[in-house]
Amino acid sequence: MRISNFDPVSVGIFNRQIRNATLFVLVLFSILVIRLWFLQIVKGPIYRAKSEHNRLRLQDITPVRGMIMDRNGNVLIANRPSYDLFVIPEDVQDRARLLQDLERLAGLDPESARQKLNASATVPFRPVCLKKDMSRDMLAIVEMYKYNLPGVVIKVEPGRHYVYGNFAFHLLGYLGEISEAELDRGQYPDSKSGDMIGKSGVESRWQTSLSGMRGGEQIEVDAEGRKIRTISIRLPGSGSNVCLTLDQHLQMTAENAMIGKKGAIVALDPNTGEVLALVSSPSVDPNLFVCGTNRTIWKEIAQSKDFPLQNRALTGQYPPASVFKIIVALAGLEEGRIDPRETVFCPGYFFLGNHRYRCWKKHGHGRVDLHRALVESCDVYFYRMGKRLGVDRIARYAKKLGLGGKTGFDVGHEKEGLIPTKSWKLKRLGVPWQEGETVSTSIGQSFTLVTPIQMATMISAVFNGGVIYRPQATKWVGKSEAEKDYEFSPEIIRKTGIEQDHLEIVKKALIGVVNERGGTGSMTRFNDFTVAGKTGTAQVIGLKKDESGKRNYIPVHYKDHAWFVAVAPVENPRIALAILVEHGGHGGSTAAPIAKELIEAYLHRQ
Amino acid sequence: MFDRRLIENWDWILLLLLMLLAAISIANLYSATYPIRDMGGSQIFVKQIYWYMIGFSIFLLMTTFNYYKLLQLAYPVYFVSIALLILVLIIGKTTSGSQRWLAVGPISIQPSEFAKISIVLVLAKFFGEGDRYQEYGLREILLPLILIGLPAVLILKQPDLGTTLHLTAAALSILIFVRLNWKSVAILAVPTICMSPLVWFILKDYQKARILIFLNPDMDPLGAGYHINQSKIAIGSGQFWGKGFLNGTQTRLQFLPEQHTDFAFSVLAEEWGFFISIILLLVYLFLVLWGLNIAKDAKNRFGSLLAVGFVAIAFWQVITNVGMVTGLLPVVGIPLVLFSYGGSSIISTMAAMGLLMNISMRRFMFSNGAGLPER
Repeated sequence: MRISNFDPVSVGIFNRQIRNATLFVLVLFSILVIRLWFLQIVKGPIYRAKSEHNRLRLQDITPVRGMIMDRNGNVLIANRPSYDLFVIPEDVQDRARLLQDLERLAGLDPESARQKLNASATVPFRPVCLKKDMSRDMLAIVEMYKYNLPGVVIKVEPGRHYVYGNFAFHLLGYLGEISEAELDRGQYPDSKSGDMIGKSGVESRWQTSLSGMRGGEQIEVDAEGRKIRTISIRLPGSGSNVCLTLDQHLQMTAENAMIGKKGAIVALDPNTGEVLALVSSPSVDPNLFVCGTNRTIWKEIAQSKDFPLQNRALTGQYPPASVFKIIVALAGLEEGRIDPRETVFCPGYFFLGNHRYRCWKKHGHGRVDLHRALVESCDVYFYRMGKRLGVDRIARYAKKLGLGGKTGFDVGHEKEGLIPTKSWKLKRLGVPWQEGETVSTSIGQSFTLVTPIQMATMISAVFNGGVIYRPQATKWVGKSEAEKDYEFSPEIIRKTGIEQDHLEIVKKALIGVVNERGGTGSMTRFNDFTVAGKTGTAQVIGLKKDESGKRNYIPVHYKDHAWFVAVAPVENPRIALAILVEHGGHGGSTAAPIAKELIEAYLHRQ
Repeated sequence: MFDRRLIENWDWILLLLLMLLAAISIANLYSATYPIRDMGGSQIFVKQIYWYMIGFSIFLLMTTFNYYKLLQLAYPVYFVSIALLILVLIIGKTTSGSQRWLAVGPISIQPSEFAKISIVLVLAKFFGEGDRYQEYGLREILLPLILIGLPAVLILKQPDLGTTLHLTAAALSILIFVRLNWKSVAILAVPTICMSPLVWFILKDYQKARILIFLNPDMDPLGAGYHINQSKIAIGSGQFWGKGFLNGTQTRLQFLPEQHTDFAFSVLAEEWGFFISIILLLVYLFLVLWGLNIAKDAKNRFGSLLAVGFVAIAFWQVITNVGMVTGLLPVVGIPLVLFSYGGSSIISTMAAMGLLMNISMRRFMFSNGAGLPER
């Protein structure tokens, strides 16, 4: 390495370069000085005036939220103008008087208004929304007195219009103001406080697509905060539409069938997992949420004993009751523990040790094979087969067929349900499994809990050759069907691998349930095509029948839950149903007629 | 052994200029962050004091050895900084869409700041060994161009367009200072201009949007365009004497974006007016000219070019930042050197200034005197 000091010739060249650089530096600095002189001295007074009352504001332009449609393009949720009352705190001259005036003129609660104004002191000149979706009368009055109400601004923003009222409330969801917690979590980075976002259902699942891109404008305002002109503008990008797999007509029929009842209905396309209808009853009118949630109404809804906000189709956990016999039958066949020709004598009861387990038919079914046992839903047959199989084998097939686990439905939160096993009980309750529990498990009682959507997935699998599809409710998302960002495709969760012969035996029996004499689901019978199904009557409480076997007076909330699962038409399955009516009594008499109505609505229309 | 002449040659003017800048910076940050004090954004000016204390320590540290030693360290330092730039792309912290920070315990460092120093080091080594009388040709500057391109591309990937341009501007200043012949300038410029439309087709839509907004802030009326308008109002409304300390209305009401970093100068201009703004600019001008003077007096090419490079870093930062906040240049997000808040920037700049001092102190020495033994 060699470092030498400059030699004189080199120094000459170097000094010339330093001089050039100095000149260059001086020129650029002079430009900055001239610029500052121009801004601060020449234009200074103008800028000083502008800063006195800062006249430049940024104003949001809310994009139009996307529409939600059913599978046939019927609009379910659209938009309509909403007249919102805003206040710009900095433009208010006398806050107390303004709130007083607003209370007198428009009946605005001064206390909550004061809170809202105080809460949003962070960004200057940011309009604070005091009332969303004013009534026509209120709008007229505020407009009339607006010049005496400095700081008040009325904005027309797109609001939600629920075309069919509380139609599919639980699936579609509702909008609410974004909460502090949601802002902090940053899952919606484009949202600001005060924005309305989807709080549940499709509105929440597709929030980002539906909401579109916020626009805004830079405006100049006068001393009272009124807009003089737009300096520049960015137009909002309207939100994407969401098309659902839902069938509006079927959904409507299902909801009407559930009026006055509590419970849930799930209808699937058994070959794809598309959700055709999803009902949870009772429901809520989403219009209640449009104007920002009213505290008292909200409290009333949230504290109601009927839990109208709960989506029972996804989170209602019920004992599957006799519907579970499908599982036991398949488990027995697959494990080689049930011979379909073997018969069992049902005297109306079954003894384990000295404990007597009743069959629902007091005087017994007599001699039954697997087919008859399913058709007539003989408990004794399944007590015996369940005992033979053991609870862990039953549990394995229940899980395989999608019970006791989330189905992976794309819209909304699900509960898992519960399929008990020996190790589960020991771990959870600390006591070993009793054989008697196996007996009641085999008719879908004891600890077993399932959700309606799991039942719909399960019955679909029995009739589609044993495939568990993920239930999905979104057909496409995008500007239009031609410009989609997302499109439905069937998703196989698992192939159960159950032998087709075994499925055939069970299918035949389920056809018998509806179509044979003595079948428990005869109320779903059609003449022009074949329906298959299975009833279930889930005990809510271990009621002891009195010796006569009659149930006299039973209060409603102790009445059994009625189940019915069905598929139609069997030759070419197009709809799979799971219906649950809370405290509905017998599945065959309460839930099966609803299934008939729905199948009628879906198949006969097309 | 410490040479007495080193103390005699201690560059008081350079030190004075730096301390002046530190004082103005801290006072201004006190005002700029005043409105957000209650919201936890509080003690930014206190942190700046700490950064400056660390900065001055590093400044002193950089004067303790003979800068010739850097000749050997140039490439190692360069490759370490390249490694850090790669590391930041892999494990860096992502804030508002770009990955610029490496978290080291409780503090975050910005490797791109240190890359600027290392590029000056390697270029000074490349062009500084031995005398040179002619201009450089294209083939000779091929390696320097690669040395510049590597960190530039890595920083662009973060993405940090402002720092990329700043680093490139400082590095190219050295190339121009050592003089390129017209042929190579033409050969470099013509294809670059012709190729740039092609690059356009490779870019993704959001990248195109960023570049368009960069070139024309009015395309982003709610972001850059609005910020520039507010910044111009702040500066202009300061008029000659300013609105007074802590009295800037634009600052108080937080109309200015990033008022403690990129737009710190606007705060000063609003509160102290044309008078103090010009004085601040004169301090910078004096610092730059003093730096060039140090370059002129240095006893060898390496020292001179080092000084030129460090001066170029500071110079371009002042021009682009003040140009940006006054609406002369597009908004690029470059802080004002030694004035805006920022630990990495202060430390790396103070290190560079320390080396400048080092060169200045040894201006009358011969390389074989206190430096390396001649081989």
